[in-house]
Amino acid sequence: MIETLETSLEMIPEVILILIKIVLIVVPIMLSVAYLTLAERKVIGYIQVRIGPNRVGPRGLLQPIADGLKLLLKEIIVPTNANRFLFVIAPILALAPALAAWAVVPFSDGMVLADIDAGILYILALTSMSVYGIIISGWASNSKYAFLGALRSAAQVVSYEIAMGFALVGVLLAAGSMNLSQVVLAQQGSILHWFWLPLLPLFLVYFISGVAETNRAPFDVAEGESEIVAGFHVEYSGMTFALFFLAEYANMILVAILAALMFCGGWLSPFQGIPLLEPLFAWVPGLVWVLAKTSFFLFLFLWFRATFPRYRYDQIMRLGWKVFIPITIVWLLVVGAAVLANLGPWFD
Amino acid sequence: MKSVVNYFRSLMLWELLMGLKLTGRYFFARKITVQYPEEKTPQSPRFRGLHALRRYPNGEERCIACKLCEAVCPALAITIESEQRADGTRRTTRYDIDLFKCIYCGFCEESCPVDSIVETRIFEYHFEKRGDNIINKQQLLAIGDQHEQQIAADRAQDAAFR
Amino acid sequence: MSIESIIFYVFAAILVGSAGAVITVRNPVHAVLFLVLAFFTSAALWIMLEAEFLAITLVLVYVGAVMVLFLFVVMMLDINLVPLREGFMRFLPVGIVVALIMFVEMAMVVGAKHFGVDHYGAGIKHAADYSNTKELGNVLYTVYVYPFEIAAAILLVAIIAAIALTMRRRPQTKYQDPAAQVLVKRGDRVRMIKMASERKNTAGE
Repeated sequence: MIETLETSLEMIPEVILILIKIVLIVVPIMLSVAYLTLAERKVIGYIQVRIGPNRVGPRGLLQPIADGLKLLLKEIIVPTNANRFLFVIAPILALAPALAAWAVVPFSDGMVLADIDAGILYILALTSMSVYGIIISGWASNSKYAFLGALRSAAQVVSYEIAMGFALVGVLLAAGSMNLSQVVLAQQGSILHWFWLPLLPLFLVYFISGVAETNRAPFDVAEGESEIVAGFHVEYSGMTFALFFLAEYANMILVAILAALMFCGGWLSPFQGIPLLEPLFAWVPGLVWVLAKTSFFLFLFLWFRATFPRYRYDQIMRLGWKVFIPITIVWLLVVGAAVLANLGPWFD
Repeated sequence: MKSVVNYFRSLMLWELLMGLKLTGRYFFARKITVQYPEEKTPQSPRFRGLHALRRYPNGEERCIACKLCEAVCPALAITIESEQRADGTRRTTRYDIDLFKCIYCGFCEESCPVDSIVETRIFEYHFEKRGDNIINKQQLLAIGDQHEQQIAADRAQDAAFR
Repeated sequence: MSIESIIFYVFAAILVGSAGAVITVRNPVHAVLFLVLAFFTSAALWIMLEAEFLAITLVLVYVGAVMVLFLFVVMMLDINLVPLREGFMRFLPVGIVVALIMFVEMAMVVGAKHFGVDHYGAGIKHAADYSNTKELGNVLYTVYVYPFEIAAAILLVAIIAAIALTMRRRPQTKYQDPAAQVLVKRGDRVRMIKMASERKNTAGE
């Protein structure tokens, strides 16, 4: 028993270090989620020739804080005949995997919480978990709209996971590793060495599946405010609703940063291999490049939402099963052949 | 051949890219938002806002209690009671407008033979108590007195078309 | 007792508890959710055994996909619990016999005589850079390549069979074909006609 205490005492500094790292990752994520909501309203406003929120604070910069405060203070209403325990636990189940997945995301060379070998698999597993929050919330609400939203979301997420998984298989074939840091390092060279070029179809499939996995427009039938009011979270209010909101946006950021890491060279400078510009931008830390690339993909999310009308449900299913999966399988064969043939400049 | 072209076009997301191009262009377009309390859109002289009762320049109220406005009001928002005054003219004793019922169609104004009931340009007003939504003769006359200049100018400008 | 064994016992307790709950709770949706919890904790136990590939695959395949569909189906069923419980006493003897047989069989296989630390020894601790995934892949695609491929082929046949059994085209139902719908061009639906303006007919008619 005393031994146990001693060993556990020895572990305390390590545990504290890990906790500090976790806080250092989670707090900026939460902040970026808050400001992503503002960015979304601003970007969509600009595309619709409006200027978006600009009343709270200078240029509307305090809007997310006001929103958060409002949601925090609102009453949480549990519907009659709802399953109380599951109703309350569902938003937590939605948010937890969205945050846990960040454990293996490298922000720069060596800047990663857990440098595990099966990083890509881990992320796939956790993103597939996040559907439980949606399904359970839909069922526990005891409301038909919530239930319809949950069913739609479950079918959609399961279908698109397959296409997404195949796209990631292409990445790990090309990189020869499932460790995300290794994947980034395998793209070293120049902007043309990044995987977006040899894996272009997979890249597109991955990103579109990512939009579908996060239930974002134009694949947001799970929410479908024009037909099923708000889908799975109709019955949620206050902080429980805010947790769903956080989960959705944390997932968006995750998909965006993964796209940056796996297809766009992560923290590698885009000017690598260009004689004049490379030394000029050598001082920029890798973190900046990762964040810049992530922001670009996040902007794409918002741009898509402002541009495309919602897909019909059967169209979503057709796109997932009949278009994306065949494309990924064909391109996997192409990548496999290219890797075997040591096709330069990517696979030599 | 055509189907092959279509196939590749859909694979290259051609139409989606066209859509993105369009919205992308509007992203940089000049914004047309009117910052309401600070900026306001121009108003027509025919604007139909809050009602008012007018007076003649000598201070005599115009309304002769003909009840044409009450009769024409499609929302039944106007209630009038009248009495003969000591000098033998007929005047209203009560002139109420329920602003919750009113649809601001302007029929009362059109029907009025003496240009007494008019709709002004006031559109920023609110009620704080139940019952405040019914405004009476005194209030209507007060609004008319306060904005007579604007009301008269608007009528004069529109006179050619009446 | 080290930290590791404490963690092990915590997970093991959750696993056994949730596995028991799967067959005892009344609400089928709760049962499925307990099964999810059981899978998840067993994945955690596998990670403690340094089998991270298997653990993550368990979460990915079973928790992330299979159980979602399971939940999907169970939620859609309107299960009436009363008739389900009626036959309990009638089937109890049969159930006990089957359970006993299974118990004896399992005891024979995993009993202390054949199974356990004395026979297999404690697991070998590997260094941090040891890749379980790579080892697994190497074995799977060299030593066990034929069983692996045969299993894959059988599963493929099963998929095709399932689709063939359920797919039937009924002539009277009307389908929308999104593939055909997206190919429609404006020219297929709208015909623009250019024509001279007609003379205005005076005098009424």
